[in-house]
Amino acid sequence: MTGAPVSDWTTDYDIFDPDYVVDPTPVWDDLRSTCPIAHTDRWGGSWLPTTYADVSAIAHDVEHFSSREITVVPPPEDDIGPGGLAIPVPPIDCDPPVHTWARRVLLPWFSHRRVDEYEPITRDLCNRLIDGFIESGHADAAADYAQQIPARVIALTLGVPGDMADTFTGWVRDVLEFAHDEQRRNAGRDAIALYLMEKMEERRDEPGDDLISVLLHTEVEGEPIPDIHVLGTAALTLIAGVDTTWSGIGSAMWHLATHDDDRRRLVAEPELMPTAIEELLRAYSPVTMARIVTDDITVDGCPMKAGDRVLMNFPAANRDPAAFDLPDEVHLDRAVNRHLAFGVGIHRCAGSNLARMELTVAVQEWLRRIPEFRLADGALVTWAGGQVRGPRTLPVVFP
Amino acid sequence: MKVTVDPDKCQGHNRCYALAPELFDVDDYGYASAKGDGTVPPELADKARLAAANCPELAITIDET
Repeated sequence: MTGAPVSDWTTDYDIFDPDYVVDPTPVWDDLRSTCPIAHTDRWGGSWLPTTYADVSAIAHDVEHFSSREITVVPPPEDDIGPGGLAIPVPPIDCDPPVHTWARRVLLPWFSHRRVDEYEPITRDLCNRLIDGFIESGHADAAADYAQQIPARVIALTLGVPGDMADTFTGWVRDVLEFAHDEQRRNAGRDAIALYLMEKMEERRDEPGDDLISVLLHTEVEGEPIPDIHVLGTAALTLIAGVDTTWSGIGSAMWHLATHDDDRRRLVAEPELMPTAIEELLRAYSPVTMARIVTDDITVDGCPMKAGDRVLMNFPAANRDPAAFDLPDEVHLDRAVNRHLAFGVGIHRCAGSNLARMELTVAVQEWLRRIPEFRLADGALVTWAGGQVRGPRTLPVVFP
Repeated sequence: MKVTVDPDKCQGHNRCYALAPELFDVDDYGYASAKGDGTVPPELADKARLAAANCPELAITIDET
Protein backbone atom coordinates (compact mmCIF):
# COMPACT_ATOMS: atom_id res chain seq x y z
CA MET A 1 0.00 0.00 0.00
CA THR A 2 1.31 3.40 -0.88
CA GLY A 3 0.18 6.90 -1.71
CA ALA A 4 -2.56 7.34 0.88
CA PRO A 5 -1.84 9.94 3.58
CA VAL A 6 -0.46 8.51 6.82
CA SER A 7 -3.08 8.46 9.57
CA ASP A 8 -1.01 6.73 12.25
CA TRP A 9 2.80 6.84 12.08
CA THR A 10 3.18 4.06 14.65
CA THR A 11 1.42 1.44 12.48
CA ASP A 12 1.43 2.88 8.96
CA TYR A 13 4.53 5.02 8.44
CA ASP A 14 5.62 5.99 4.94
CA ILE A 15 9.31 6.75 4.44
CA PHE A 16 8.42 8.44 1.13
CA ASP A 17 5.75 10.75 2.58
CA PRO A 18 6.67 14.16 1.12
CA ASP A 19 6.62 16.01 4.45
CA TYR A 20 8.63 13.24 6.13
CA VAL A 21 11.29 13.42 3.41
CA VAL A 22 11.64 17.19 3.93
CA ASP A 23 11.82 16.94 7.74
CA PRO A 24 11.47 13.56 9.46
CA THR A 25 12.52 14.78 12.93
CA PRO A 26 9.02 15.57 14.33
CA VAL A 27 7.88 12.04 13.43
CA TRP A 28 10.93 10.48 15.08
CA ASP A 29 10.44 12.57 18.22
CA ASP A 30 6.78 11.48 18.48
CA LEU A 31 7.63 7.83 17.87
CA ARG A 32 10.48 7.81 20.36
CA SER A 33 8.17 8.95 23.17
CA THR A 34 5.15 6.79 22.23
CA CYS A 35 6.24 3.78 20.16
CA PRO A 36 10.03 3.61 19.75
CA ILE A 37 9.82 0.88 17.09
CA ALA A 38 7.08 1.62 14.55
CA HIS A 39 5.73 -0.75 11.93
CA THR A 40 4.23 -0.36 8.48
CA ASP A 41 2.80 -2.61 5.79
CA ARG A 42 3.80 -0.12 3.10
CA TRP A 43 6.68 -0.80 0.70
CA GLY A 44 6.80 -4.51 1.50
CA GLY A 45 6.45 -3.97 5.25
CA SER A 46 9.12 -3.04 7.78
CA TRP A 47 9.97 -2.06 11.35
CA LEU A 48 11.40 1.38 12.16
CA PRO A 49 13.43 1.72 15.37
CA THR A 50 14.02 5.33 16.44
CA THR A 51 16.25 5.14 19.53
CA TYR A 52 20.03 5.05 19.59
CA ALA A 53 20.02 2.04 21.93
CA ASP A 54 17.78 -0.10 19.71
CA VAL A 55 19.51 0.82 16.44
CA SER A 56 22.96 0.14 17.89
CA ALA A 57 21.87 -3.16 19.50
CA ILE A 58 20.28 -4.42 16.25
CA ALA A 59 23.35 -3.43 14.22
CA HIS A 60 25.58 -5.40 16.58
CA ASP A 61 23.32 -8.50 16.64
CA VAL A 62 24.36 -10.04 13.32
CA GLU A 63 23.02 -13.43 14.43
CA HIS A 64 19.40 -12.28 14.47
CA PHE A 65 19.64 -9.50 11.88
CA SER A 66 21.06 -10.50 8.52
CA SER A 67 22.41 -8.09 5.91
CA ARG A 68 21.32 -10.32 3.02
CA GLU A 69 18.99 -7.52 1.87
CA ILE A 70 19.97 -4.00 2.82
CA THR A 71 17.62 -1.93 0.68
CA VAL A 72 14.80 -0.09 2.43
CA VAL A 73 12.41 -1.24 -0.32
CA PRO A 74 12.53 -4.98 -1.17
CA PRO A 75 14.20 -5.76 -4.49
CA PRO A 76 11.98 -7.18 -7.24
CA GLU A 77 11.39 -10.91 -6.74
CA ASP A 78 13.04 -11.71 -10.04
CA ASP A 79 16.18 -9.62 -9.50
CA ILE A 80 18.31 -10.86 -12.38
CA GLY A 81 20.78 -8.63 -14.17
CA PRO A 82 22.56 -8.93 -17.53
CA GLY A 83 23.65 -12.42 -18.52
CA GLY A 84 21.09 -13.98 -16.18
CA LEU A 85 23.20 -13.07 -13.17
CA ALA A 86 21.92 -12.21 -9.74
CA ILE A 87 24.41 -9.52 -8.74
CA PRO A 88 25.44 -9.32 -5.09
CA VAL A 89 27.08 -6.23 -3.55
CA PRO A 90 29.63 -7.71 -1.13
CA PRO A 91 30.46 -7.07 1.65
CA ILE A 92 27.45 -4.87 2.46
CA ASP A 93 24.94 -7.67 1.74
CA CYS A 94 26.99 -10.44 3.36
CA ASP A 95 26.98 -11.99 6.78
CA PRO A 96 30.01 -13.67 8.39
CA PRO A 97 31.99 -15.66 7.38
CA VAL A 98 31.91 -14.36 3.78
CA HIS A 99 31.62 -10.81 5.06
CA THR A 100 34.92 -11.10 6.90
CA TRP A 101 37.15 -11.72 3.88
CA ALA A 102 35.00 -9.68 1.49
CA ARG A 103 35.44 -6.66 3.73
CA ARG A 104 39.12 -7.30 4.27
CA VAL A 105 39.91 -7.12 0.54
CA LEU A 106 38.01 -3.83 0.25
CA LEU A 107 39.09 -1.88 3.33
CA PRO A 108 42.66 -0.97 2.24
CA TRP A 109 41.15 0.95 -0.70
CA PHE A 110 39.69 3.39 1.79
CA SER A 111 42.52 3.54 4.31
CA HIS A 112 43.83 6.88 5.52
CA ARG A 113 46.93 6.43 3.43
CA ARG A 114 44.95 6.04 0.20
CA VAL A 115 42.39 8.72 1.06
CA ASP A 116 45.21 11.18 1.79
CA GLU A 117 46.38 10.66 -1.82
CA TYR A 118 42.97 11.73 -3.09
CA GLU A 119 42.77 14.88 -0.96
CA PRO A 120 44.71 17.31 -3.22
CA ILE A 121 42.79 16.01 -6.25
CA THR A 122 39.50 16.57 -4.43
CA ARG A 123 40.58 20.08 -3.37
CA ASP A 124 41.45 20.94 -6.95
CA LEU A 125 38.14 19.52 -8.17
CA CYS A 126 36.17 21.62 -5.67
CA ASN A 127 37.99 24.75 -6.78
CA ARG A 128 37.34 24.07 -10.45
CA LEU A 129 33.64 23.63 -9.68
CA ILE A 130 33.61 26.92 -7.72
CA ASP A 131 35.46 28.66 -10.59
CA GLY A 132 32.50 27.72 -12.78
CA PHE A 133 29.94 29.75 -10.85
CA ILE A 134 31.66 32.15 -8.44
CA GLU A 135 31.47 35.12 -10.81
CA SER A 136 27.75 34.67 -11.39
CA GLY A 137 26.86 35.24 -7.73
CA HIS A 138 24.58 32.25 -7.52
CA ALA A 139 24.71 28.45 -7.74
CA ASP A 140 22.77 25.32 -6.99
CA ALA A 141 24.93 24.10 -4.11
CA ALA A 142 23.45 20.60 -4.48
CA ALA A 143 23.45 20.07 -8.25
CA ASP A 144 26.40 22.29 -9.26
CA TYR A 145 28.66 21.43 -6.34
CA ALA A 146 27.80 18.58 -3.93
CA GLN A 147 26.60 16.25 -6.68
CA GLN A 148 29.68 16.83 -8.82
CA ILE A 149 32.29 15.74 -6.30
CA PRO A 150 31.85 12.09 -5.18
CA ALA A 151 31.36 10.47 -8.61
CA ARG A 152 34.64 11.99 -9.80
CA VAL A 153 36.51 10.88 -6.69
CA ILE A 154 35.16 7.32 -6.76
CA ALA A 155 36.15 7.12 -10.44
CA LEU A 156 39.77 7.32 -9.20
CA THR A 157 39.27 4.21 -7.07
CA LEU A 158 37.72 2.30 -9.95
CA GLY A 159 40.28 3.63 -12.41
CA VAL A 160 37.63 4.90 -14.80
CA PRO A 161 37.41 8.31 -16.50
CA GLY A 162 36.11 11.20 -14.42
CA ASP A 163 34.07 12.38 -17.39
CA MET A 164 31.77 9.41 -16.75
CA ALA A 165 30.71 11.15 -13.54
CA ASP A 166 27.34 12.43 -14.71
CA THR A 167 26.51 9.05 -16.21
CA PHE A 168 27.44 7.30 -12.96
CA THR A 169 25.32 9.72 -10.98
CA GLY A 170 22.33 8.98 -13.21
CA TRP A 171 22.73 5.22 -12.80
CA VAL A 172 23.18 5.44 -9.05
CA ARG A 173 20.10 7.65 -8.68
CA ASP A 174 18.16 5.05 -10.66
CA VAL A 175 19.07 2.22 -8.29
CA LEU A 176 18.85 4.14 -5.00
CA GLU A 177 16.64 7.19 -5.28
CA PHE A 178 14.18 5.57 -7.68
CA ALA A 179 14.37 2.03 -6.30
CA HIS A 180 10.58 2.01 -5.91
CA ASP A 181 10.28 2.44 -9.71
CA GLU A 182 11.14 -1.11 -10.80
CA GLN A 183 11.77 -0.31 -14.44
CA ARG A 184 14.12 2.56 -13.65
CA ARG A 185 15.86 0.64 -10.88
CA ASN A 186 16.50 -2.37 -13.14
CA ALA A 187 17.77 -0.17 -15.97
CA GLY A 188 20.29 1.42 -13.59
CA ARG A 189 21.37 -1.98 -12.26
CA ASP A 190 21.94 -3.32 -15.77
CA ALA A 191 23.85 -0.26 -16.95
CA ILE A 192 26.21 -0.42 -13.97
CA ALA A 193 26.75 -4.17 -14.42
CA LEU A 194 27.42 -4.00 -18.16
CA TYR A 195 29.84 -1.10 -17.76
CA LEU A 196 31.80 -2.82 -15.00
CA MET A 197 31.84 -6.17 -16.84
CA GLU A 198 33.47 -4.41 -19.76
CA LYS A 199 36.09 -2.86 -17.45
CA MET A 200 36.75 -6.28 -15.91
CA GLU A 201 37.45 -7.81 -19.30
CA GLU A 202 39.87 -4.98 -20.11
CA ARG A 203 41.75 -5.41 -16.84
CA ARG A 204 41.89 -9.17 -16.73
CA ASP A 205 44.85 -9.10 -19.14
CA GLU A 206 46.01 -5.52 -18.67
CA PRO A 207 45.69 -4.74 -15.00
CA GLY A 208 46.18 -1.24 -13.63
CA ASP A 209 46.41 0.21 -10.11
CA ASP A 210 42.71 0.20 -9.42
CA LEU A 211 40.21 -1.73 -7.31
CA ILE A 212 38.85 -3.81 -10.20
CA SER A 213 42.31 -4.89 -11.42
CA VAL A 214 43.58 -5.76 -7.98
CA LEU A 215 40.48 -7.75 -6.98
CA LEU A 216 40.65 -9.69 -10.26
CA HIS A 217 44.19 -10.71 -9.38
CA THR A 218 43.70 -11.36 -5.66
CA GLU A 219 43.45 -14.82 -4.17
CA VAL A 220 41.58 -15.67 -0.98
CA GLU A 221 42.69 -18.92 0.63
CA GLY A 222 44.39 -19.97 -2.59
CA GLU A 223 41.39 -19.35 -4.84
CA PRO A 224 40.77 -16.37 -7.11
CA ILE A 225 37.88 -14.16 -6.09
CA PRO A 226 34.89 -15.18 -8.24
CA ASP A 227 34.10 -12.74 -11.06
CA ILE A 228 30.59 -12.16 -9.78
CA HIS A 229 32.06 -11.07 -6.45
CA VAL A 230 34.51 -8.65 -8.11
CA LEU A 231 31.66 -7.22 -10.17
CA GLY A 232 29.51 -6.84 -7.07
CA THR A 233 32.18 -5.16 -4.97
CA ALA A 234 32.98 -2.73 -7.81
CA ALA A 235 29.25 -1.99 -8.19
CA LEU A 236 28.96 -1.41 -4.46
CA THR A 237 31.91 0.98 -4.52
CA LEU A 238 30.22 3.00 -7.23
CA ILE A 239 26.70 2.90 -5.77
CA ALA A 240 27.64 3.51 -2.14
CA GLY A 241 30.25 6.14 -2.94
CA VAL A 242 28.09 8.58 -4.86
CA ASP A 243 24.59 9.35 -3.59
CA THR A 244 25.56 9.10 0.07
CA THR A 245 28.49 11.52 0.09
CA TRP A 246 26.75 13.94 -2.23
CA SER A 247 23.79 14.00 0.17
CA GLY A 248 26.08 14.59 3.13
CA ILE A 249 27.84 17.48 1.41
CA GLY A 250 24.50 18.93 0.27
CA SER A 251 23.02 18.80 3.77
CA ALA A 252 26.09 20.51 5.20
CA MET A 253 25.76 23.25 2.58
CA TRP A 254 22.05 23.59 3.41
CA HIS A 255 22.87 24.03 7.10
CA LEU A 256 25.56 26.61 6.43
CA ALA A 257 23.30 28.53 4.01
CA THR A 258 20.52 28.71 6.60
CA HIS A 259 22.52 29.22 9.83
CA ASP A 260 24.58 32.41 9.59
CA ASP A 261 26.02 32.09 13.10
CA ASP A 262 27.39 28.61 12.49
CA ARG A 263 28.77 29.54 9.07
CA ARG A 264 30.54 32.64 10.37
CA ARG A 265 31.88 30.76 13.36
CA LEU A 266 33.34 28.04 11.14
CA VAL A 267 34.98 30.68 8.94
CA ALA A 268 36.41 32.47 12.00
CA GLU A 269 37.45 29.28 13.82
CA PRO A 270 38.62 26.81 11.18
CA GLU A 271 40.15 24.65 13.92
CA LEU A 272 36.57 23.58 14.70
CA MET A 273 36.37 21.74 11.39
CA PRO A 274 36.90 18.15 12.69
CA THR A 275 34.14 18.34 15.32
CA ALA A 276 31.94 20.44 13.02
CA ILE A 277 32.08 17.81 10.29
CA GLU A 278 31.13 15.05 12.75
CA GLU A 279 28.29 17.22 14.05
CA LEU A 280 26.93 17.87 10.57
CA LEU A 281 27.16 14.14 9.87
CA ARG A 282 25.22 13.47 13.07
CA ALA A 283 22.51 16.03 12.53
CA TYR A 284 21.93 15.25 8.84
CA SER A 285 22.87 11.58 8.53
CA PRO A 286 21.94 10.62 4.98
CA VAL A 287 21.86 6.83 5.06
CA THR A 288 19.31 4.25 6.19
CA MET A 289 20.13 0.57 5.60
CA ALA A 290 17.98 -2.50 6.26
CA ARG A 291 18.35 -5.86 7.97
CA ILE A 292 16.33 -9.07 7.65
CA VAL A 293 15.29 -10.91 10.84
CA THR A 294 16.74 -14.46 10.80
CA ASP A 295 14.88 -15.91 13.83
CA ASP A 296 11.83 -14.64 15.66
CA ILE A 297 12.95 -12.14 18.29
CA THR A 298 11.31 -9.53 20.49
CA VAL A 299 13.02 -6.13 20.50
CA ASP A 300 11.82 -3.41 22.85
CA GLY A 301 8.49 -5.26 23.11
CA CYS A 302 8.06 -5.67 19.34
CA PRO A 303 7.56 -9.24 18.10
CA MET A 304 9.74 -9.45 15.00
CA LYS A 305 9.33 -12.54 12.83
CA ALA A 306 11.91 -14.32 10.68
CA GLY A 307 11.96 -12.64 7.27
CA ASP A 308 10.80 -9.24 8.57
CA ARG A 309 12.63 -6.14 7.33
CA VAL A 310 14.06 -3.70 9.86
CA LEU A 311 15.13 -0.22 8.76
CA MET A 312 18.38 0.79 10.43
CA ASN A 313 17.30 4.30 11.22
CA PHE A 314 20.74 5.75 11.89
CA PRO A 315 19.46 9.30 11.23
CA ALA A 316 16.84 9.01 14.00
CA ALA A 317 19.29 7.37 16.41
CA ASN A 318 21.49 10.41 15.95
CA ARG A 319 18.66 12.69 17.12
CA ASP A 320 17.90 10.66 20.25
CA PRO A 321 17.99 12.86 23.40
CA ALA A 322 19.03 9.82 25.43
CA ALA A 323 22.31 9.76 23.51
CA PHE A 324 22.91 13.44 22.67
CA ASP A 325 22.28 16.65 24.61
CA LEU A 326 19.95 18.99 22.69
CA PRO A 327 20.00 16.64 19.70
CA ASP A 328 18.02 18.92 17.39
CA GLU A 329 20.57 21.71 17.76
CA VAL A 330 23.81 21.80 15.82
CA HIS A 331 26.83 22.50 18.05
CA LEU A 332 29.96 22.74 15.95
CA ASP A 333 32.11 21.95 18.97
CA ARG A 334 29.99 19.08 20.30
CA ALA A 335 32.37 17.00 22.42
CA VAL A 336 30.32 13.86 23.13
CA ASN A 337 29.29 12.60 19.71
CA ARG A 338 29.12 8.84 19.18
CA HIS A 339 27.01 9.31 16.06
CA LEU A 340 26.04 6.43 13.82
CA ALA A 341 26.04 8.25 10.47
CA PHE A 342 28.32 5.54 9.06
CA GLY A 343 26.54 2.74 10.89
CA VAL A 344 28.02 0.73 13.74
CA GLY A 345 29.31 -2.81 14.20
CA ILE A 346 30.85 -5.01 11.52
CA HIS A 347 29.10 -3.19 8.64
CA ARG A 348 30.54 0.25 9.49
CA CYS A 349 30.71 2.12 6.18
CA ALA A 350 33.90 0.94 4.46
CA GLY A 351 34.24 4.28 2.68
CA SER A 352 33.78 6.50 5.72
CA ASN A 353 37.31 7.92 5.57
CA LEU A 354 36.81 8.90 1.95
CA ALA A 355 33.40 10.43 2.66
CA ARG A 356 34.74 12.39 5.63
CA MET A 357 37.62 13.74 3.54
CA GLU A 358 35.32 14.76 0.69
CA LEU A 359 32.88 16.47 3.06
CA THR A 360 35.67 18.30 4.88
CA VAL A 361 37.39 19.50 1.71
CA ALA A 362 34.10 20.51 0.07
CA VAL A 363 33.10 22.66 3.06
CA GLN A 364 36.62 24.09 3.53
CA GLU A 365 37.06 25.18 -0.07
CA TRP A 366 33.56 26.63 -0.38
CA LEU A 367 33.92 28.64 2.85
CA ARG A 368 37.40 29.81 1.88
CA ARG A 369 36.16 31.23 -1.40
CA ILE A 370 32.51 32.00 -0.59
CA PRO A 371 32.33 32.74 3.14
CA GLU A 372 29.05 34.65 2.82
CA PHE A 373 26.09 32.99 1.13
CA ARG A 374 22.42 32.29 1.78
CA LEU A 375 19.42 30.63 0.20
CA ALA A 376 18.20 32.49 -2.88
CA ASP A 377 15.03 34.54 -2.33
CA GLY A 378 12.05 32.23 -2.80
CA ALA A 379 14.43 29.30 -3.31
CA LEU A 380 12.73 25.98 -3.81
CA VAL A 381 14.88 23.47 -1.92
CA THR A 382 13.97 19.88 -2.80
CA TRP A 383 14.96 16.75 -0.88
CA ALA A 384 15.27 13.07 -1.75
CA GLY A 385 14.64 10.45 0.93
CA GLY A 386 14.29 6.74 1.59
CA GLN A 387 17.63 4.93 1.44
CA VAL A 388 19.56 8.20 1.24
CA ARG A 389 18.30 11.62 2.33
CA GLY A 390 19.73 14.90 1.14
CA PRO A 391 18.95 18.05 -0.87
CA ARG A 392 18.65 17.68 -4.63
CA THR A 393 18.24 21.38 -5.46
CA LEU A 394 19.72 24.05 -3.20
CA PRO A 395 19.75 27.49 -4.87
CA VAL A 396 22.09 29.87 -3.03
CA VAL A 397 23.28 33.42 -3.68
CA PHE A 398 26.52 35.16 -2.75
CA PRO A 399 26.14 38.66 -4.15
CA MET B 1 46.89 9.56 31.65
CA LYS B 2 46.84 6.56 29.30
CA VAL B 3 44.58 5.53 26.42
CA THR B 4 43.92 2.02 25.19
CA VAL B 5 41.88 0.70 22.26
CA ASP B 6 40.05 -2.60 22.62
CA PRO B 7 40.81 -4.42 19.35
CA ASP B 8 37.77 -6.67 19.78
CA LYS B 9 35.46 -3.66 19.81
CA CYS B 10 37.15 -1.40 17.24
CA GLN B 11 35.40 -1.49 13.86
CA GLY B 12 37.69 0.98 12.14
CA HIS B 13 35.50 4.08 12.32
CA ASN B 14 38.74 6.14 12.53
CA ARG B 15 36.99 8.77 14.60
CA CYS B 16 39.83 8.75 17.13
CA TYR B 17 42.38 9.23 14.38
CA ALA B 18 40.36 12.04 12.78
CA LEU B 19 40.04 13.92 16.09
CA ALA B 20 43.34 13.05 17.81
CA PRO B 21 45.93 11.85 15.28
CA GLU B 22 48.68 12.63 17.81
CA LEU B 23 47.43 9.79 20.04
CA PHE B 24 46.21 7.04 17.70
CA ASP B 25 47.48 5.01 14.77
CA VAL B 26 45.29 3.16 12.31
CA ASP B 27 46.35 0.28 10.08
CA ASP B 28 45.45 -0.19 6.40
CA TYR B 29 42.21 -1.86 7.44
CA GLY B 30 41.24 1.09 9.62
CA TYR B 31 41.72 -0.59 12.97
CA ALA B 32 43.06 1.74 15.63
CA SER B 33 45.65 1.42 18.36
CA ALA B 34 47.14 3.82 20.85
CA LYS B 35 50.46 5.30 19.79
CA GLY B 36 53.46 4.08 21.75
CA ASP B 37 52.47 2.81 25.18
CA GLY B 38 49.34 5.01 25.18
CA THR B 39 50.74 7.66 27.51
CA VAL B 40 48.94 10.97 26.95
CA PRO B 41 50.95 14.17 27.44
CA PRO B 42 49.04 16.64 29.67
CA GLU B 43 48.45 19.07 26.79
CA LEU B 44 46.63 16.35 24.83
CA ALA B 45 44.39 15.16 27.67
CA ASP B 46 41.31 16.92 26.25
CA LYS B 47 41.93 15.39 22.84
CA ALA B 48 42.11 11.94 24.39
CA ARG B 49 38.77 12.50 26.13
CA LEU B 50 37.29 13.83 22.89
CA ALA B 51 38.37 10.71 21.01
CA ALA B 52 36.85 8.43 23.66
CA ALA B 53 33.61 10.45 23.64
CA ASN B 54 33.31 10.02 19.87
CA CYS B 55 33.88 6.27 19.55
CA PRO B 56 30.59 4.62 18.54
CA GLU B 57 31.92 1.21 19.62
CA LEU B 58 32.99 2.36 23.11
CA ALA B 59 36.38 0.83 22.27
CA ILE B 60 38.56 3.53 23.88
CA THR B 61 39.39 3.45 27.57
CA ILE B 62 41.05 6.29 29.42
CA ASP B 63 43.00 5.73 32.59
CA GLU B 64 43.09 9.14 34.26
CA THR B 65 45.74 8.20 36.81
